[in-house]
Amino acid sequence: MTILETGTVAAGSLLTVANLAVEEVAAILAATDRLERMAAPERAKILAGRRIALLFYESSTRTRTSFELAAKSLGAMTTLVSDKSSSIEKGESLKDTGLTLRALGAECIVLRHANSGAPYLLAKSTGLPVLNAGDGMHEHPSQALLDLRTMLTRLPGMSGRLINGKTLGGVTVVITGDILHSRVARSNAMLLPRLGARVVLCGPKELLPEDALGLGGADSSGAVEIERDFDKALKQTASNGTMVVMMLRIQRERLAGLELDLGDYISRYQLDEERLMARAPEALVMHPGPMIRGLEISGEVADGPNSAIEDQVRNGLAVRMALLVRALGAGGFESVTV
Amino acid sequence: MSDILILNGRLVDPASGVDAERDLLLRHGRVAAVEMPGELRAVKGKETIDAKGMIVAPGLVDVHVHLREPGQTYKESIKTGTAAAAAGGFTSVVAMPNTLPVNDTVEKLEWMLDAARGAVVKLFAMPAATFGSLGEEITDFHELARVGAVGFTDDGKPVLVDRVMRGALVAAAGIGVPVSQHAEDTRLTGGCSMNAGPVAFRLGLRGMTVEAESKIVERDIRLLRDIEQHDGLRPHLHVQHVSTAKAMEAIRQAKRAGLHVTCEVAPHHFTLTDEAVGDYDTNAKMNPPLRNDADRLAMIAGLMDGTVDCIATDHAPHALFEKEQEFERAPNGITGLETALGLALRVLHKGNGMSISRVIELMSAQPAGIVSLDGRGTLSVGSFADVVVFDPAAEWSFEAAKSRSKSRNTPFDGAPMLGRVAATISEGRVVFKA
Ligand SMILES: [Zn+2]
Repeated sequence: MTILETGTVAAGSLLTVANLAVEEVAAILAATDRLERMAAPERAKILAGRRIALLFYESSTRTRTSFELAAKSLGAMTTLVSDKSSSIEKGESLKDTGLTLRALGAECIVLRHANSGAPYLLAKSTGLPVLNAGDGMHEHPSQALLDLRTMLTRLPGMSGRLINGKTLGGVTVVITGDILHSRVARSNAMLLPRLGARVVLCGPKELLPEDALGLGGADSSGAVEIERDFDKALKQTASNGTMVVMMLRIQRERLAGLELDLGDYISRYQLDEERLMARAPEALVMHPGPMIRGLEISGEVADGPNSAIEDQVRNGLAVRMALLVRALGAGGFESVTV
Repeated sequence: MSDILILNGRLVDPASGVDAERDLLLRHGRVAAVEMPGELRAVKGKETIDAKGMIVAPGLVDVHVHLREPGQTYKESIKTGTAAAAAGGFTSVVAMPNTLPVNDTVEKLEWMLDAARGAVVKLFAMPAATFGSLGEEITDFHELARVGAVGFTDDGKPVLVDRVMRGALVAAAGIGVPVSQHAEDTRLTGGCSMNAGPVAFRLGLRGMTVEAESKIVERDIRLLRDIEQHDGLRPHLHVQHVSTAKAMEAIRQAKRAGLHVTCEVAPHHFTLTDEAVGDYDTNAKMNPPLRNDADRLAMIAGLMDGTVDCIATDHAPHALFEKEQEFERAPNGITGLETALGLALRVLHKGNGMSISRVIELMSAQPAGIVSLDGRGTLSVGSFADVVVFDPAAEWSFEAAKSRSKSRNTPFDGAPMLGRVAATISEGRVVFKA
């Protein structure tokens, strides 16, 4: 109930993982598998002639390229509108930019924006399916889905499992670093517990306020935990079941206002070989990138046998293909709801 | 001006201790007679309002409204804002100075209060406490008070510098008017767009802490005490739109200590919590922000135990295109004049057992007292014929599209209300009739 002209969000949009049903997650991952198995020429017909706009108010080589290549491999036409180009008129509102793209024939908009919640505004004001490619400090839903797929393909005993509320039973995911500013952390912390994972958030209080416990939602089934001591988090969890360590990038520029000593942070929270081998030698190591070797993660660990970082990138492309197909209602995704 | 007879109503006038059936005669813009039912029938009134089943109360008084004129008449004007006030049962409103330009001189204040602006109800104003509301140099309180200033404020901005705030309190104490403070330590709220807490964390929005509010309230109370001790003056601090339990407790203690502190609470702060932000609904974006439920309940407790002196709307209209922006970029504020009574009766009376008489007192006599509006906020014989007639039992839904305000920014579109205004009379003129 609001007087703002907030239309409905088009089916096929992905603005948040918060209301993404587990069945939807299953459908997206199943489509990802199908698309990946498909021969390239066949795949290129799925979105042939369809128009996708990539609206990037914030630069991001990785995410932008991933969406762009996903769209192109499905045969879609893409256009990049970025704040670096003149396409975003100075001072034009997000709503008006969206309406312009719609008038030019865009059928779906992939949005990266520095303001949390911007995808809601765009989706409601254009009525087009919108894929959130990262908004402010809020969410990065496609990242959470690709992270999930990475776990399902790399963790022992996961392949072929049905996707439901118990799929990640026995799996502990320790997310470590700048959780306050991380949209990846938010999306993962909201999605993974719903598939049965135990999520432990780790970091100093400057980067991880107690308010983060609210990510678990009202019902305790989605509860997340906080453990400030990284060694403890690794050790106690490694002893029961399977373990994933997800490291987050430390953005030096964001530490300026915080009373945080970088050297101290490194000694307490960096994932290096010694720490990994001593505490959780079997853990799967993930990082959404871009990473700073020698800060939150050591080079040896990033390139080591536990690392799934390259798999994440590969899965990103595949999952985004599925999300685009879903957004445009092609290839068996016609009936989905958001 | 013709006589108006209001018959058969239940007169609720807390200031004169009346809550009973009375008939009312309004003549020459004043209350001419208050009599037992039937006694006034002999008087030939040209206009008669049958208030059977209705409450007849003093016109409501709002000490905190933004009318956007001069400078932003695309949002609101003195004419449309006061029309919205009339529709909400208000007969006196106090305009805040954050206009363009800021109301900080005698000329601007006179221009604002000029009849040519077309105010529908009685308009009062609080000019800026400092020039340009920059918080540096205090305005000419004496001259401004001479032409009608009822208090001083830099609303929207706090007076941060201790020395300047102290100077403002001392100057206002000399004239007997309050300094009204928007209590926000802006050094702690840069980049923040809602209340700090789990909701803000989940939405990825930077949050304003409760301390950003309470710290300024505590500082201002310290200044009051210091002035009483060292200057032999008794300054009056009015704390605007209190929203946190912490600031409320500081005010409660200051009152116990005998300091002259008053405060207001806005209907949205006793009705909604930060959950109302939902999916970044900018209609729920305001400053101070909607807080958590414990804070909301503390506002109700403060209203119930008398710590809160009045209800004020902080009516803050904005154009649709301004609110249709990214949450962090959208301006703060919601409209409030037409929903205040309906929310107060629903939440405080029906929901928390506050008497209707007390609700009316918090919206008429008490705010009138804070800014010393003589002859207003009461219906005793001789006072201004400022009257609201409303049906206390009417349950209805507010429709923003039908608002008298130029703007539609409210989180209460479609929200249930209790008590509907049937007529509003300002100085003997019917300015609203349902
Ligand atoms: Zn204010």
